[in-house]
Amino acid sequence: MIVFHEVDKWYKPDFHALKNIHGVVQKGEVIVVCGPSGSGKSTLIRTVNRLEEIQGGKIELDGQDIYSPNLDINKFRSSIGFVFQSFNLFPHLSAAENIMLAPTNVQGMSKVTARQRALEMLDRVGLASKADSYPGQLSGGQQQRVAIARALVLAPPVMLFDEPTSALDPELIGEVLQVIKSLARDGMTMMCVTHEMNFAREVADKVWFLDAGQLIESSTPDNFFNHAQSERAQKFLADLRSH
Amino acid sequence: MQEIFSILSDNWILLLVGQYPKGPLGGLAMTLVLSILGLLLAFPLGVLLGLARLSPITWLSAPSIALIYIVRGVPLVMFIFWVYFFLPALIGRTVSGFATMLVTLVVYQAAYIAEIVRAGIEGLPKGQHEASRALGLNYTQTTFKVILPQALYNMVPAMVSQFVSTIKETSLGYVISVNELTFAASQVNNSLLTKPFQVFIILAGIYFLLCFSLTQLARHLELEITKKRAGINSLIPKAITS
Amino acid sequence: MIIDGVLIMFWLTLLAWTLAMLVGVLLALMRMTNNRVAKIFVASYVEYHQNVPMLVQIFLWYFGVATLLPVQLQHWLNANQSEFIFAFIAVGLAMGAYISEDIRGGIRSIPKSQFEAARALGLSYIKTSRLVVLPQALRIALPTLVSHSVLLFKNTSLAMTIGVAELTYATREIESQSFRTIEVYFFSTATYLVISMLIMAFGQFLEHHLRIHSR
Repeated sequence: MIVFHEVDKWYKPDFHALKNIHGVVQKGEVIVVCGPSGSGKSTLIRTVNRLEEIQGGKIELDGQDIYSPNLDINKFRSSIGFVFQSFNLFPHLSAAENIMLAPTNVQGMSKVTARQRALEMLDRVGLASKADSYPGQLSGGQQQRVAIARALVLAPPVMLFDEPTSALDPELIGEVLQVIKSLARDGMTMMCVTHEMNFAREVADKVWFLDAGQLIESSTPDNFFNHAQSERAQKFLADLRSH
Repeated sequence: MQEIFSILSDNWILLLVGQYPKGPLGGLAMTLVLSILGLLLAFPLGVLLGLARLSPITWLSAPSIALIYIVRGVPLVMFIFWVYFFLPALIGRTVSGFATMLVTLVVYQAAYIAEIVRAGIEGLPKGQHEASRALGLNYTQTTFKVILPQALYNMVPAMVSQFVSTIKETSLGYVISVNELTFAASQVNNSLLTKPFQVFIILAGIYFLLCFSLTQLARHLELEITKKRAGINSLIPKAITS
Repeated sequence: MIIDGVLIMFWLTLLAWTLAMLVGVLLALMRMTNNRVAKIFVASYVEYHQNVPMLVQIFLWYFGVATLLPVQLQHWLNANQSEFIFAFIAVGLAMGAYISEDIRGGIRSIPKSQFEAARALGLSYIKTSRLVVLPQALRIALPTLVSHSVLLFKNTSLAMTIGVAELTYATREIESQSFRTIEVYFFSTATYLVISMLIMAFGQFLEHHLRIHSR
């Protein structure tokens, strides 16, 4: 589904953020990307929908080079669901309107159909009653779930999550992880950057460990958590456990 | 272009200082005198007005709020005419154009300065007032020894900006024949008659150079103060030009 | 005569305000592009109009630019209330500079993440600006837009210097003809004050009505 071929990325003036990344995400797979801060994990998933540009290598989505010249960038982006760490809901629109925005403006859906779909999505994430509430009136967990619904409504084949629960108060993390887990169980192809290791153990098919821009390890959760090969991964896991 | 230079070289004295020393001061010098004097006199008045506005004592705050609203809601030209007609009646003798303009500017600017003072004071962290009171200082001491010094420092960029506004406002002296820069330029135009565009472009140019430099100074000061106060959570009143 | 003055003041304000809004939005959009020429142009435009007195700008248009226009146009203008036309153009163009700065300030205060979220959904640059950035930016800019609208309204009084028979001009005429100085000055001052306050009240109403709901 997603293929990373020798992907390189630099930030100006000379920070090498991603170093020769090789990786494949199969259809229906759930990949958890983890690593110490500054390792490039957010940068990596942001390259998939071109929120970050790469300078070397190739990224393919469903067999197509995402940098091919005749690619319609907006159509392309609408085919990838992206969920941000800080939700980034549009404060001047209600929950339903947030969700309806892309279908009506990118996919040409009628407002009536869009609203129906929006309500379906809100129901999917457990927030049907909040359709006309504004982001400022919702808790962090509710906002993030609306953000997930907003990404889902476009029926993307792939969902990307950039630390979806890192900005949430602890007691609100569960409700968001529930939604993401149910998506995984339904067979969604996902890449999820997260520190939630229990979540990784439960739903990930593979764990990718990044450190200083390099993909150090890629293995099953069981192998990663219990038999991590590299020293850096072992250190990372030890630091994580010492909380 | 050539014409502009020749107009300038022929008339620069008139534009700069009016008919001085053979007559009263005029031109740019007059503009500056009016602006500087106006702001200097308006400043203490504005600070007092701003403090009155924030005062918990109603008979102080109500009239000051009323005055500020009136000044903000009525065009400067109307004010000039009010003072022109009613000041002589009030003090019982004729008032020169210069004095009329000066009085108008002082009152007008005082209202705007009052608002700058208000913004400066309200922008200080609440803790300042509380800490001072907790030490035992009373309201007046707190205001003059703790709050005002900080607020005034923060206000400097906005004050420079206000100075720029004053300079622009002096141009309205034209309406009552005060011999400031705009009036001087119109005199030049009346004597030349065939080159109005050049004359007024020169006029615009002079104001632009003066005001733009001052505005840049204000922006520079704003940056400096923001940097210095970066540690404290205070708001610098924006250097707004009106 | 007073009523005519009020009407002319009203039309002058309306036309100048419309021009200012159009110019302001146009300039703000131009500044948002990555075109260097556009940015320099807008910056110069704004600096000029904010640093030259309004009165001088009016004179430059009415006495200066007027003489540079093709003769046919000059004749037409003279026959069709050139004073009014130049007055509203001068005020409209000048206030447009302030409006563009207000909008720019509003846009700058929107966090980049809003823009990213919209783009991540597949919305084009234009759609993102129109549907996500501008609605929020205008709400933030509303208070300064209102105060600049009041300023524009007050600036129309300067048109009297070139003979536009708006309210201040009419006030002076009546005063010199009838010596009913106090009455007419009170009336005009009150009119200006009331209208300014109405504009500000309307602004408050809009702010309340459009406010972004939060707990």
